Amino acid sequence: MEDLLKIGGVDLKSRLFVGTGKFSSYEVMKNAIGASGSQVVTVALRRIDLESQEENVLNFVPKDCVLLPNTSGARTAEEAVRIARIARAAGCGNWIKIEVISDNKYLLPDNYETIKATEILAKEGFIVLPYMNPDLMVAKRLKEVGAAAVMPLGAPIGTNRGLKTKEMVRILIDEIDLPIIVDAGIGKPSEAAEAMEMGAAAVLVNTAIATAGDPATMARAFDLAVQAGRMAYLSRPGATKLYAEASSPLTGFLE
Amino acid sequence: MEIVVNGKREFIDQSVSILEYLSLKGLDPNRAVVEHNYHVVKKEEWGNIILKENDQLEVLRFVGGG
Repeated sequence: MEDLLKIGGVDLKSRLFVGTGKFSSYEVMKNAIGASGSQVVTVALRRIDLESQEENVLNFVPKDCVLLPNTSGARTAEEAVRIARIARAAGCGNWIKIEVISDNKYLLPDNYETIKATEILAKEGFIVLPYMNPDLMVAKRLKEVGAAAVMPLGAPIGTNRGLKTKEMVRILIDEIDLPIIVDAGIGKPSEAAEAMEMGAAAVLVNTAIATAGDPATMARAFDLAVQAGRMAYLSRPGATKLYAEASSPLTGFLE
Repeated sequence: MEIVVNGKREFIDQSVSILEYLSLKGLDPNRAVVEHNYHVVKKEEWGNIILKENDQLEVLRFVGGG
């Protein structure tokens, strides 16, 4: 049977979600998205500069991708809800990544406001994917109020520092009956593979791809790593042991 | 009369619809999302809403983000 990730009524083959920020150009971004094989792509919503003609990012995202607008810039649940409604009115679907942040140094999400926004938007029919600080009780509440998945951070946004929250993410995977998607902080394919081996449903990567010397090749590397990690998880890794245990027979040696 | 567009006050003529205002600015309607006095306005309705004194308009678009 094909291993698909089901979110909001959509069957996803790729478990790598990608962001569209920080690329040197939309052309470079387009090539990286193509190379990643990703089917879910995040975008942000901002004021138009009416004095200048800027290109439309959506022209560089494959049409068959699910668009996942984020609520970046929101500092309260109210602001996140407002951004989500505007994004939906743009006619690009009803998925929304809730991001409520008022901490400018580490950009850590406000879990309390995130739960409030998730509840309101889930009731309005949005497919809500909240970005959160990995905490079991918060994840439980997000599930109760209608989140479609939970997106704990691996490390602060844009740091490329890897799975610093590994133990807490592992607990969420163990306890929460929703897809757990590690978002933020993943800097290298090996870290994406590690998250997938643990049983994460998917990972969301932006900075690590966008700021690589060769973004398209890095995107391909992430695709392979996510697939490898997922396969390893599904094949149930063997037990770890403290002492050596010979792999070769311990009998029949030459005299 | 004066309206507020993306946080900035601006003088415009009377009896201008949202659609006409955006056309005057040379904006491609396909890349914009509009909020009028905190209400999201669908593209089909842009032509029906005439801007009034002190109206608040947010004109937004999608950009790269994570």
